[in-house]
Amino acid sequence: MHPAKSVIYFTTASGAGYGLLAWLGVLGAMGIIPADRTFGIAAFGSAFFFVISGLLSSTGHLGRPERAWRALSQWRSSWLSREGIAAILTFLPTGLYALAWVLLGQNTGLAGIIGLAGAGLALLTVFTTSMIYASLKTIPAWSNGWTSLGYLVMALTSGAWLGVLLLAVLGEPMPPYSLSVLAGLTVLMALIKLLYWRSLAKAPARSTAESATGLARFGTVRLIESPHSEPNYLLKEMGYRIARKHAGKLRFWGLFYAAMAPLILLGVAAGYAIPLAAIMPLAAASFAIGLVLERWLFFAEAKHVVTLYYGNSAV
Amino acid sequence: MTSLPQNPSGVKLGLVIDLDICVGCHACAVNCKEWNTSGKLAPLTDLEPYGARPDGVWFNRIHTFEVVDEEAGTSRTVHFPRSCLHCEDAPCVTVCPTGASYKREEDGIVLINTDICIGCKLCSWACPYGAREYDEDEGVMKKCTLCIDKIYNANLPLESRAPACVSTCPAGARSFGDLGDPESDVSKLVEARGGYALMPEQGTRPVNRYLPPRPKKVGDDVAPRMLEHQDDSPDGAGLLARWVDKVLSA
Ligand code: SF4
Ligand code: SF4
Ligand code: SF4
Repeated sequence: MHPAKSVIYFTTASGAGYGLLAWLGVLGAMGIIPADRTFGIAAFGSAFFFVISGLLSSTGHLGRPERAWRALSQWRSSWLSREGIAAILTFLPTGLYALAWVLLGQNTGLAGIIGLAGAGLALLTVFTTSMIYASLKTIPAWSNGWTSLGYLVMALTSGAWLGVLLLAVLGEPMPPYSLSVLAGLTVLMALIKLLYWRSLAKAPARSTAESATGLARFGTVRLIESPHSEPNYLLKEMGYRIARKHAGKLRFWGLFYAAMAPLILLGVAAGYAIPLAAIMPLAAASFAIGLVLERWLFFAEAKHVVTLYYGNSAV
Repeated sequence: MTSLPQNPSGVKLGLVIDLDICVGCHACAVNCKEWNTSGKLAPLTDLEPYGARPDGVWFNRIHTFEVVDEEAGTSRTVHFPRSCLHCEDAPCVTVCPTGASYKREEDGIVLINTDICIGCKLCSWACPYGAREYDEDEGVMKKCTLCIDKIYNANLPLESRAPACVSTCPAGARSFGDLGDPESDVSKLVEARGGYALMPEQGTRPVNRYLPPRPKKVGDDVAPRMLEHQDDSPDGAGLLARWVDKVLSA
């Protein structure tokens, strides 16, 4: 599939924003993070920035952005519609919670309940996003259980990186076990990616050039003439191809930047007593690069069954 | 509404495409383009039509495949027209967030309301058959309408009320009718020839059917191959031929 920049930005940025909102809701309500004003402004500010800029970027991907509101109507059948509604609903509790935190210095009790509701809706929104992809039978690399698991864990991990980065830079006290949880999530994320790739490699083809044409009874089907000499919409949108050797390298660099490098940096900081404020921006930047690479690959590597009509033999 | 029809009428209008007859001339694709560029989902925009990289919206595309049977040592060429199959469980309809994509209750035709389409392209991702093409210029999705503005057009003589691709096919490879009615001509044709659906494993339940190429004739009733005439011995040849052979072999 064509890896559109707007969609890659949307899914990674809004994922990190929703992930951070989920952490703020849960850890605030549990009294683990105090309702500190400076941190509140920075954390909610950046979470909303990533969520809103992500949503705007996804509407930029539309042919008719001015009609985007119409996308809220078909929630009975469409995951894209459900995502739009979940995204809008999430603003209510998370917005109230942010106000209570920043203006009233409250994040437990009633505010905490609102925060928990916001956390639930934020994760629900990420889940609906993942289901847009997971519900497409035409793209076997997406329509499996790993997609939702990956999106949720990546949102929580990237939200955690964003939160710890802000705590470190602002010199706020870290909640207990912050770094261990962060490292654990990062390892989990890498593990899920590895298992996902393994399951893709093992999965039998869902459709073939023979089932696409119904000609299996006559032998092996091979395209000898394409309907058109120049690439059309289908080939530009769904015929994106990435060389296997490049994919292999990119998978490695994705994991290197997202997991290996940031974890090594954290380890070095701990070992040499380097202040977190100095090391976190570097580690988080590396994580962000890895995350974007991973998401780019999620699109670029995914094969659509329509390519069976254009020379692919199995998808 | 992008939910599928709750009470479908039972009428399932669709196409039957005979892969035994299709000669791959692309006439149906051209006439489809011509009719529909001023039809219900008009225009079928072309970008850079005379430039180096022409691109444009088509509802019908003709592929050519080679099918090789390694064991039998045979191969055949199959021309393969591809357009919307007006699926009964159309995923392109259920994924649409706006209600622009819909399936008609009365005849099962799958259409797009381009006045409310937001151009999110998700429907084209959901279709296994590549039946939807995006109009870059208008920012909305387009697809085969089963020539809804032709098949129901009371201004046309009865025999012209068939899809443009069906009317125009010079070989008669395309038929149109109600595949929901087991007594219709198309249903009988599908029955007689073992018509099938494409990619049934995708669960879309297409209405359109494809008729397989007929088996190749092998055995005594086929014309002998040219090389089999070649004869190395002059025995049995005429007088003149034997004389020429003698002179040349000397
Ligand atoms: S062929 Fe594609 S566009 Fe047509 S109804 Fe089926 S899924 Fe939808
Ligand atoms: S491109 Fe248009 S018709 Fe297709 S899913 Fe989006 S809104 Fe619906
Ligand atoms: S039925 Fe009409 S719109 Fe559909 S492929 Fe044939 S000519 Fe084109």
